[in-house]
Amino acid sequence: MKILVTVKEVAEVYDDFEISGLEVAESSLNYTLNEWDNYAIEEAVSFAESNDDVEVVVVSIGPQRCEETIRMALAKGADRAIRVWDDRLTEQSLVSPNVKATILAAVAREEDPDIVLTGVQASDDGFGATGVALAEELGYEWAAVVNALDIGSDSSVASVHRELEGGIEEFVDIELPAVFTIQTGINEPRYASMRGIRRAQGQPLNVKDLTDLGLSESDLDSSIHLLSMNEPESESEVRFLEGTPEETATELSGVLQELGVKE
Amino acid sequence: MSVLAVAEHRNGEIRDVSFELITAGRELAEDRGEPLHVVVIGNPVDHFASELNLDGVDTVHTFDRNEEFNHNVYLQVIVQLVDAIDPSTILLPHTSNSLDFAPALAVRLNRPIVTDVVSIKTEDGLIVTREMYGSKVETTIGIRSDRSVITIRPSEWDPTIAPGKAAVEAVNVSIDEDAIRSTVTGFGEVAAGDVDITEADVLVSVGRGIDSEENLSLVFDLADALDATVAASRPIIDNDWLPANHQVGQSGKVVSPQVYIAIGISGAVQHVAGMKDSDTIVAINSDPNAPIFDIADYGIVDDLFDVVPEVIEQFDL
Ligand SMILES: Cc1cc2nc3c(=O)[nH]c(=O)nc-3n(C[C@H](O)[C@H](O)[C@H](O)COP(=O)(O)OP(=O)(O)OC[C@H]3O[C@@H](n4cnc5c(N)ncnc54)[C@H](O)[C@@H]3O)c2cc1C
Ligand SMILES: Nc1ncnc2c1ncn2[C@@H]1O[C@H](COP(=O)(O)O)[C@@H](O)[C@H]1O
Repeated sequence: MKILVTVKEVAEVYDDFEISGLEVAESSLNYTLNEWDNYAIEEAVSFAESNDDVEVVVVSIGPQRCEETIRMALAKGADRAIRVWDDRLTEQSLVSPNVKATILAAVAREEDPDIVLTGVQASDDGFGATGVALAEELGYEWAAVVNALDIGSDSSVASVHRELEGGIEEFVDIELPAVFTIQTGINEPRYASMRGIRRAQGQPLNVKDLTDLGLSESDLDSSIHLLSMNEPESESEVRFLEGTPEETATELSGVLQELGVKE
Repeated sequence: MSVLAVAEHRNGEIRDVSFELITAGRELAEDRGEPLHVVVIGNPVDHFASELNLDGVDTVHTFDRNEEFNHNVYLQVIVQLVDAIDPSTILLPHTSNSLDFAPALAVRLNRPIVTDVVSIKTEDGLIVTREMYGSKVETTIGIRSDRSVITIRPSEWDPTIAPGKAAVEAVNVSIDEDAIRSTVTGFGEVAAGDVDITEADVLVSVGRGIDSEENLSLVFDLADALDATVAASRPIIDNDWLPANHQVGQSGKVVSPQVYIAIGISGAVQHVAGMKDSDTIVAINSDPNAPIFDIADYGIVDDLFDVVPEVIEQFDL
């Protein structure tokens, strides 16, 4: 069995940040593995550990910078990694879920996995769309917001729990091959071991561009474009308590007492 | 052309987001001079249709299917309906079910999708607003296509309640049962447990800023000092530091205590969905730009490890 895990290196903005044009200034960004994808990696790797003949391949669309993040997935136990990048992607103000699904589908067609795991959402752009778009692109079945995954012994059906709102979950049987978008909390992601990290440093990373994947520039055509980026105007009526911790704590205690806390 | 809104229901009732969706749909339809169509799939479909017969809706399309939600069925019905009425914009709520369905619909119809949208304007094409980086940045996106799929963020539009004069039409489509490759086998609840955070008057709610399980004792000490109950944001539950029935938010509990004290919680939309109706919200966070301050009544921008012990001391005196 083969499991393909899509991973994204996401950007987090620092507490103080600057926007320049259509981007957050590079100096205000910190890059890390998307939280949801970390759970997807764990789901794949732990399944591979407890079953025979399971290969885990990770794929990421991203510039060279993200190789460190991809190696983190290798260090945690993935077998191989593919990075897709093309300079033509740099020119896009925004890589839409449709375009990402097209690219990831091209990789998936080459790899022919039984199962694809993605995160529910990327913490930076938060589209929550790429996994299910990818499934439809591939003609795979799918389930979104999966917080329990049980892959049947005959590899033809998986039983999953889908998290709905308000603490309700739905139990669904899904025919394989399928894409599952993984929700946080489904497992306990491991930390990479020192040995894993060392091994990952030496592992080759398969880098592909659009041409390698049989895609052309028109596959990047997107009808959605970023027009502006700004800090949201706050309509907040918050009253900030100022001063040293002792001062703010004293003031807060007064406020709480007025509100009738601990009478 | 038209605007098509896809209504959502659960347990035999239309969900509130669907009424908000109708408001968004009506505004967009008016802007564009197009009729507003609504589609509802499920059962009891006549009950759904009458609940959705609201101000601004021209036609409610119904498909009677004795099933809660199945994306294969939804896809087939809506694709065929879209063939018939050619909507410019297809609107859905940004919910767990639409996460499971809207992107596939967009791909199948070869349309762009933009999700979790908080405003929609009609200019040359559509211009939508959405947030990034955990609500710290706002973006506008232009959609240069006559046809699109948009999911809207819950609680951003007011619900429509005024009754309407819509025509109700059963969608006449055939379902290819062989294309249904997923089966719902049941429903469950994520967690029951010892405390009911929805009953508490005062909640001390802790987020990822607490950093480690050991540090939770600080929050319990504060709760003790205030006679309050401890709640948490999702990462605390994901890490198994607290049982799931302590989770506040979209996928946890909706609470509205007299006082909600958010400690080291950024205020992600899915968290805010569960606590924004609290009477008074206090936030302690070291990041002055944390979105939690947008809905807080009182804020302290500081390190929680410096402030919280001082508050405990004040009350323990
Ligand atoms: C489908 C779906 C459903 C979800 N449902 C829920 C839900 O029900 N409930 C929920 O909470 N989330 C939910 N989430 C997750 C949500 O998107 C956020 O990831 C989560 O709410 C973040 O939790 P947080 O604020 O504790 O952590 P973070 O966003 O990491 O914020 C931590 C905050 O702590 C502050 N901080 C750090 N150190 C300190 C310090 N020393 N002193 C003071 N402040 C400090 C930081 O400035 C930051 O603002 C859901 C997500 C999805 C996709
Ligand atoms: N650039 C990317 N490379 C690889 N996978 C991605 C990329 N962007 C998104 N994904 C996957 O799709 C999921 C949802 O992302 P999004 O639709 O952008 O919120 C992520 O959790 C990833 O697993």
